[in-house]
Amino acid sequence: MTIAEKILARSSGKKIVNAGEIVIARVDTCMSHENGEVVLRSFEEIGVKRVWDNQRIVILFDHRIPADSVKTAKTHKRLREFVKEQGIRYFYDLKQGICHQILAEFGHTRPGELLLGTDSHTTTAGAFGCFGTGIGATEMAGVWATGELWLRVPETIKITVSGQFKQFVGAKDLILHIIGQLRADGATYRAIEFSGETITAMSIASRMVLSNLSMEAGAKVAFVLPDDKTVSYVSARTDKKFEPVLPDPDAKYLREIEVDVSGLDSQVACPHSVDNVCSVSDIAGKRIDQAFIGSCTNGRVEDLEIAAQILKGNKVHPEVRLLVIPASRQVYLEALKRGFIQTFIESGALVLNPGCGPCLGAHQGLLAPGEVCIATTNRNFKGRMGSPESFLYLASPATVAASAIKGVITPTQEVG
Amino acid sequence: MKGRVYKFGDDINTDVIYPGKYLSITTDREEMARHCFEMVYPDFLKNARPGDIIVAGKNFGCGSSREQAATSLKYFGIAAVVAESFARIFYRNAINLGLLVLECPGISAAVEHQDTLEIDLEKGIITNMKTGKSLQAIRLPDFVMEIIEDGGLIPHLRKRLGIKPEEVE
Repeated sequence: MTIAEKILARSSGKKIVNAGEIVIARVDTCMSHENGEVVLRSFEEIGVKRVWDNQRIVILFDHRIPADSVKTAKTHKRLREFVKEQGIRYFYDLKQGICHQILAEFGHTRPGELLLGTDSHTTTAGAFGCFGTGIGATEMAGVWATGELWLRVPETIKITVSGQFKQFVGAKDLILHIIGQLRADGATYRAIEFSGETITAMSIASRMVLSNLSMEAGAKVAFVLPDDKTVSYVSARTDKKFEPVLPDPDAKYLREIEVDVSGLDSQVACPHSVDNVCSVSDIAGKRIDQAFIGSCTNGRVEDLEIAAQILKGNKVHPEVRLLVIPASRQVYLEALKRGFIQTFIESGALVLNPGCGPCLGAHQGLLAPGEVCIATTNRNFKGRMGSPESFLYLASPATVAASAIKGVITPTQEVG
Repeated sequence: MKGRVYKFGDDINTDVIYPGKYLSITTDREEMARHCFEMVYPDFLKNARPGDIIVAGKNFGCGSSREQAATSLKYFGIAAVVAESFARIFYRNAINLGLLVLECPGISAAVEHQDTLEIDLEKGIITNMKTGKSLQAIRLPDFVMEIIEDGGLIPHLRKRLGIKPEEVE
């Protein structure tokens, strides 16, 4: 069996399951952010009074923090009350950061387990060998009521990665390249398993980039094969016992893809879809108005580190606004200690509180008609970050930092 | 079921269906319905009518898990969405909310904007009333059909848990 099959077999109390089968799975952990209020409305409609297990629900706020309107403030308030009423154990309010980062930092992304979130990028947990996937609000209400959900066992695409990255090229460039090949629906309803020497050598943060962005090819879940690095990261953050799951040698795959990264250049996803990918050099010279480093895709310490390295001693172009948003409070603290925040501020960047920021177009740096932004985020859909007449390019933290200095989309080598 | 076609292309994402700036609307479903497609296809709100059937290309509903995308279409009064294929979370959301979604390969080429479609739900046959051409939609698994027949996930769960609707405030 594949990792997906093994975890869903365990969750549904079966010895063996096969791709295509529908199972009723027991949920280990579930997470909701502000949209917990949408879940709550459906939960109340079902008519169950208490959640099935208040020790397995995670609630936090990240999409619009601090509250951007009275409406949001009411949502936060209502959910704080609900957390108290139900005794929800894992409540992080708006103090910790972006949900997918917090799930990892607080040990909820345990290998071999099933984690559901009312957020499409819950696939990020796959970086730990955890079956993380996004679901809707009403079905989450069903999970709150019963602890179970129907899931179709997905077929798996195996992606083996070899070779060493060139300087300034990394996980974001690799996954943009893969999405460009698979296209926006190339992994719909499917699981992905990432393995190979390049993946083994990757940091936890980089692995999270792969699992996070696989959603943009439609993936239901995107695993990195768990290893010693995974186990030491997770066991340092939880007291709970967990059992990492690896695929069997005779596991059946829908498709096997091999990627060699040694020749790969930095990649950019151009407007208005994530699979519209080219090399930075193909689009170099494109004038930008805003640059944004952050989000659940690329707001971690190593992302801020490379950006700070490039910005150190340089100034953000006078006609560019550079926004930097650490993914979490812990990331923010580490970046402070290591001087990255000072570098950002000295270079002319605006550093904002941990959270989703402008990524989903709610607040904190929206774009006017005609404006161009390069961001480390995960979606460049038309109107995603503000005006439907704005243009959004997605790239790595290195490319975004270099472009912020030059005022045009720039290969990092030209700045470094 | 019969309805007039409102046609879209491939990869219509949930940001397009329901803009992020309205995600702060969490419970008022009628209000959600006043914003579907508002930013990128503002003509939809002017020209679409309750009872219309959306016909789309591949990967309809890709992107964010926001349930508001499916809710806004349902409360606008969209009778069904027929697409070449759907992204998985939107597809699940629609089923859970009782919004009819049908995967039907070949539908894009067989249908023009404003044509009239007839859907035979029993057989899954979709007929273009203008051309007379019929296509077969992909059959949903029995388990999923049961949720749809119950009227969505909430009534389905109530039935399973033995909760009578009148007991819910």
